Amino acid sequence: MINRYRWWEYLLIYLGMAVLLIFILAPFLEAFLVSLRPLDSLFSVPYRFVSDHMSFKAYVTMWQSVPLLWRYMLNSFFVAGSVTVLGLIAIIPAAYAFSRFEFRGRGLLMGAFLSVNMVSGAVLIIPLYKVMQSLGLLNSYISMIAPGVAFVIPTGIWLLRSYLVKIPKELEEAALVDGAGRLYILVRVIIPVALPGIMVVAITTFIAAYAQQFLYALTFNSVNELNPLPVGLYQFFGRQKVVWNELMAASLIGIIPVMLLYVFLQKFIVAGLTSGAVKE
Amino acid sequence: MSAPAPKKPVDWFPYLLLLPALAVTLIIVAWPLAETVRLSFTDASMNPVTHYVGLENYQKMFARRFPEVIGRTFVWMVFSVSLKLLIGLYAAVLLNAAVPGRTLARILIMPPWIVPVAIGVFIWGWMYNGQFGMISGLAQRLGLLSGPFEFLAYKNAAFLSTVVTDVWIGTPLVAVYLLAAMQGVPRDLYEAAWTDGASRFYRFRRITLPLIMPAIATMSLLSAIWTFNSFDIIWILTEGGPRNATTTMIIDTYKTAISRFHYGEGAARAVMIVIFLSLFSALYFALIRKLSSRGDVK
Repeated sequence: MINRYRWWEYLLIYLGMAVLLIFILAPFLEAFLVSLRPLDSLFSVPYRFVSDHMSFKAYVTMWQSVPLLWRYMLNSFFVAGSVTVLGLIAIIPAAYAFSRFEFRGRGLLMGAFLSVNMVSGAVLIIPLYKVMQSLGLLNSYISMIAPGVAFVIPTGIWLLRSYLVKIPKELEEAALVDGAGRLYILVRVIIPVALPGIMVVAITTFIAAYAQQFLYALTFNSVNELNPLPVGLYQFFGRQKVVWNELMAASLIGIIPVMLLYVFLQKFIVAGLTSGAVKE
Repeated sequence: MSAPAPKKPVDWFPYLLLLPALAVTLIIVAWPLAETVRLSFTDASMNPVTHYVGLENYQKMFARRFPEVIGRTFVWMVFSVSLKLLIGLYAAVLLNAAVPGRTLARILIMPPWIVPVAIGVFIWGWMYNGQFGMISGLAQRLGLLSGPFEFLAYKNAAFLSTVVTDVWIGTPLVAVYLLAAMQGVPRDLYEAAWTDGASRFYRFRRITLPLIMPAIATMSLLSAIWTFNSFDIIWILTEGGPRNATTTMIIDTYKTAISRFHYGEGAARAVMIVIFLSLFSALYFALIRKLSSRGDVK
């Protein structure tokens, strides 16, 4: 057995972890404390973590100050969900093609998909804006969903492909011998077997799509009812007098769904992240 | 590598499978990219009539202190990426230690990356508030600051503040990735070294570090690319201010094209970004090729 830690090594490790986690979690803790404090005590010096009259009042009043909060959250879910579903429709067959077939331009196409990861939406925003404008798609869900789909495809293909290559070919060969069509094989043989891999892709896609909802919505959409949470709340952030306790309360409520998703599915997510960062 | 070679001269099935992904990528990425290049040679704006103006946009851009923006972008990126790697490595080492509670710590490190970027940035916006925010408040209580300090109002402070927030959001992914690489190091290597009496630090320096070098190199480049593209954080915190102190190339492009409707000039800036990104990507693919030929990456 390899040597154990001595007591001071334990101490150092835990101390190190504590420092790290303070950096990571302090903002969330602060956001929570701010959401509990009345405005006049927020705007008082000197700074205190805890003040008198702490209450959950902001969590009640925010529904009046941010009347569309529900809408924003639903929009966020709808946009991220649509990106995930549409993304999977493109990702699954493409990943299957890359994992099983030898065809001209295979390496080139894979490279092309991967280089999409290098470009950000901000670079393409000008022509996209003009296209959305000319197609009358500004201020629509599509203008927020479509760019999202394009940017989740490369990583999705990469992730799922590495999962699909591990599925034994004998499975398809047997089905082929039984006279099954190739599309039928994909839908009825491969997809059921690959379901765990597809789950990983779906979850990482959803989380990525949920986290990145700022730029397109900010640029392509000006209808408040369609705004996803980040842009919906950004309007309140941008004001001269920011109602910080309500903003923090709304932010925290807004992140609960993804946090829950993360807590329950963190194994999948970490698996997706670590194999996602291009490991050929 | 893959399945039995098709007998027919051209098998269309794989292309058919790729069709949806290709179509989306062509419409949303490839075509706009080409269009950006075209627009960069025009005077496109809100005005429906546009003309080709040759290299005018590029000339104008460089006349307007564009090199300064490039330099700032790189400094911002270098600061942010090196901090992410350092803290990420530090975190990975700790999370890899065989102590009780590490599973919990591994879970707790992810939230900045999971939460919508914009929302994390709202919270930082409050923390940087000079009058009442946590950082200024704590620094005053500890006697580090004599009075309120508005972090986002001064050039250097704003620059560093945006870096810190970017590091906060980007570090978890780096940490988890490096942790995965560390877990891939064969245990018997450590045990052999331990039998030879090698200290823990020596084992880290001579076994762990060299073996995860490929992962560190890969992550540095990927992280550089993502950081170069970073928009939300700077836009929400400072919109590129104060006095352009945080105007990176992406922010500059957005301000020119979307805020001021100079599509042509904005496109020229976007083309410059693409050129830099292609350089990074070329490096990245070269690195991947080199690593896989050495058998480091599987």
